Amino acid sequence: MKIKFPLWFYQLASPKWFYEITSKLLPWFTAAAILLLTIGCVWGLVFAPPDYQQGNSFRIIYIHVPSAILAQSCYMLMAVAGAIGLIWKIKMAHIVAKSCAPIGASIAVMALATGAIWGKPTWGAWWVWDARLTAMLILSFLYLGVLALSSAFENETSGDKAAAVLALVGLVNIPIIKYSVEWWNTLHQPATFKVTQKPAMPPEMWIPLLIMVIGFYCFFAAVLMARARIETLEREKRSEWVRNLIKEIE
Amino acid sequence: MGQFASFADFLEMGKHGLYVWLSYGIALVIILYNVIAVILNKRRFFNEAKRRLRREQQL
Repeated sequence: MKIKFPLWFYQLASPKWFYEITSKLLPWFTAAAILLLTIGCVWGLVFAPPDYQQGNSFRIIYIHVPSAILAQSCYMLMAVAGAIGLIWKIKMAHIVAKSCAPIGASIAVMALATGAIWGKPTWGAWWVWDARLTAMLILSFLYLGVLALSSAFENETSGDKAAAVLALVGLVNIPIIKYSVEWWNTLHQPATFKVTQKPAMPPEMWIPLLIMVIGFYCFFAAVLMARARIETLEREKRSEWVRNLIKEIE
Repeated sequence: MGQFASFADFLEMGKHGLYVWLSYGIALVIILYNVIAVILNKRRFFNEAKRRLRREQQL
């Protein structure tokens, strides 16, 4: 079977094309991230009403939920990019996968830390060995594992392959995180946003949350592009276009 | 302004100030870390690349 992809899909595999297109996209995502995160923070911290049970500690949701969602999306992107790199031997896919790891690790830490801080006033404990929390901790270890593996080899290609295989194996953790609140008894509340249902919160609470989620995605897109651009230059430094680029800057 | 009577009220967050501001502080630090790491990486790459170019031109 031969699948026909649009032209940009093939172009995306070209390091030079990726570098050029991201130089145009990067400022837009950066501006969107700054704008959305500022609006979301002010709205969430100042204007959203306090929760009738949790009071103002509920405002942690505007950091905790977006970071938890992003940590998982970033992992899925990393694993899919790794798989594309393994199957079609596309350099750019490995560059993207490698660039996801440090960002994802830091975002997973953000989700865990803000969750712990939120847990203290709400559950009375910083940490409980509950399915959701444990699966999330495993996610952050998987990121660290991918990070370590991708730079553990003398040969770049071996590092890419090993990291991609670990990322793919670890993908099994993603549905475990998602359904952990349904499969096991847990303190953790179920998902805030569901595709099939309206959120249980009033709009003045969930609209800023949605803005924060989109803002986090824009932030991630910007940092990922910036990281992947540098990694591209690093790997392509002997090519003609990178040498010309450096000469121009000199 | 908003849900708070005064700025002091805003900072206090109804006794949850420590938790709320610690969370937002950690988030800010992690976001800044990501931005600064990228800027430093970029600078390191271009400095090294320029040095390599100069060395090549001397030969």
